[in-house]
Amino acid sequence: MRRFWGFVVKEFLHIFRDYRTLLILFGIPAVQLILFGFVITNEIKDARFAVLDLSMDETTRQLTEKIVSSGYFQLDRNLHTYDEIDEAFCEGDIRLVVVFEPDFARRLEKEKVAHVQLIGDASDPNSASILVSYASGILNNYLLSMNSEAIPLQIHPETRMMYNQELKGVFMFVPGLMAMLLMLISALMTSLSITREKELGTMELLLASPLKPLQIVLGKVFPYVFLAFIDACIIILLGWSVFGVPIRGSVGLLLFESFLFISMALSLGILISCITNSQQLAMMISLVALMLPTILLSGFIFPIENMPKILQWFCHIMPPKYFITIIKSIMLMGNGLYFIWKETLILFGFTLFFILLSIKKFKIRLTSS
Amino acid sequence: MNNAVEVLNLTKTYGDVHALKEISFSVTKGELFGFIGPDGAGKTTLFRILATLILPDGGSALIEENDIVKDYRKIRQLIGYMPGRFSLYQDLSVEENLRFFATIFGTTIEENYDLVKEIYSQIEPFKTRKAGQLSGGMKQKLALSCALIHKPDVLLLDEPTTGVDAVSRQEFWEMLKRLKEQGITIVVSTPYMDEASLCDQVALIQDGAIMQISTPAKVIDSYPLGLYSVSTSDNYQLLLDLKQLPQVCSAFAYGQAAHLSYRKGEMTKEEVKLYLSKKGHQDVTITPIKPTIEDCFMELMQTSGQADK
Repeated sequence: MRRFWGFVVKEFLHIFRDYRTLLILFGIPAVQLILFGFVITNEIKDARFAVLDLSMDETTRQLTEKIVSSGYFQLDRNLHTYDEIDEAFCEGDIRLVVVFEPDFARRLEKEKVAHVQLIGDASDPNSASILVSYASGILNNYLLSMNSEAIPLQIHPETRMMYNQELKGVFMFVPGLMAMLLMLISALMTSLSITREKELGTMELLLASPLKPLQIVLGKVFPYVFLAFIDACIIILLGWSVFGVPIRGSVGLLLFESFLFISMALSLGILISCITNSQQLAMMISLVALMLPTILLSGFIFPIENMPKILQWFCHIMPPKYFITIIKSIMLMGNGLYFIWKETLILFGFTLFFILLSIKKFKIRLTSS
Repeated sequence: MNNAVEVLNLTKTYGDVHALKEISFSVTKGELFGFIGPDGAGKTTLFRILATLILPDGGSALIEENDIVKDYRKIRQLIGYMPGRFSLYQDLSVEENLRFFATIFGTTIEENYDLVKEIYSQIEPFKTRKAGQLSGGMKQKLALSCALIHKPDVLLLDEPTTGVDAVSRQEFWEMLKRLKEQGITIVVSTPYMDEASLCDQVALIQDGAIMQISTPAKVIDSYPLGLYSVSTSDNYQLLLDLKQLPQVCSAFAYGQAAHLSYRKGEMTKEEVKLYLSKKGHQDVTITPIKPTIEDCFMELMQTSGQADK
């Protein structure tokens, strides 16, 4: 055991001596979160929109005004036929079209149901979804104010996202980013650390010593668990304080799950470094083989349900997918362990699998090269 | 037999390259055993096999009666290995490196300080300096301290003096001698022929095969030829001319002079002198000399080269 701690102490010395590593460890998460966060939140101000008012009555005029006065939207033009919608999108910077059905006010009063269609420009899907949800929020507010009268009135906003029929919400970003950054830092850092020893030749001495593979592998993982955990806390704290991402569930559970995910990513990083011989290759694998799937196949940006079946299967073997589900569940829905035990178990399984495989793949001798 | 190292028919190939061809030798306890040979002779491969870092393709090797394949765990505790390339942590200080290696071998600096004291005390004034910033000679001393700190029975040193200045090289060999006195078996390799005479036994190795194993004195005694040291004003032309003499076995540059070997009794000093002055050489000096290890090596290389053809 003393040998193990000696090894851990050495690893910490390496990390603290290397300012660049430290900068990557703590600088990148904060900078990226803030960049990503502000790019999203700043986007919706004075978004241009067009109105196709087929009813032209008092209510539709009031609704249009409501939308304009919200501060999020700016009326660009009035349209007169459906055909003009496509044209308007193509021509200008219009990002949303609001369509009121004919006889809107009369229907609302008599049938208690009236239809409004929101058409978003989903070539920029995230902002389109935000715009649509803002617009429907405004319409719903109006509805509520009407409801103060005796008769319950109803407006059914019917949204349709052009060019991309289904979209996901905004809060997706913080959990997704957290998964991505933790994966990047943990897997990349550890995969570099073993291959560095191979490149510098120090692995030759470690191998010729009585240290066991388990001691070397765990000794490498140990310090990074600490550091990545601090990172997770930074991301959660920034998400909560700067962007108002709520933590509705238990903080303890959230930290525990982050800890589990970090361990998983670290053991994956170790596995990569056990099967590669150069830092460059390890870095390529971590970046290309891990980062891209994490971003693309975890449901972080693109909804899994829309993917072809084969890719969906791939998604199921992407650990970040489960982690994102878990954090969303805890942070946004406030669920407890009862709802996410399955995902937790899967992450745990991944961790165990990667660690065992690393120890097995860890070469007790030099590779003949 | 109670040898520290016992190697029998050890073979290793990398694809088509025969790095080691059925090598056999044994090192008795407390001996300073040297492998002398040029780069690419197979020295590093041999040391890595002995250090249990690579597996041989054939043959066997025992270190303190432990098999290098089966009992590699035991061996790793027994040996102190110093690779040819400087392999300590450059971003750790001198003391941190030593402490780390003491810890992973389950000991402490204090426990075995006596053993490394003499070597380590020379670099101790710089103990807070990072290993990467040490000079070549100091790096060597630190690496030796790290290989010694767990009190190994057998010390494997792969080209410890390569890239080190002449003074440090001499110091290093003196340190090895003193370690030997403490009963540690030392196996060392070097490309420098002049270091051979400092070993108890030397093995001359070339192209993965051992050409001769003996004490340095016996190696020199077994030199079968006569030898002259020849120098003139034009050493380059001298070599070309000498090689044309039919009695000459070899002629090669040795420092400022040329070493000329010939079959004993077939050539006299005067004959060479006459021949050279005919060729127009001036300031010719010829002295008969005793062979050095390098002469022996060149001779062995030539005969084994002819045998191959």
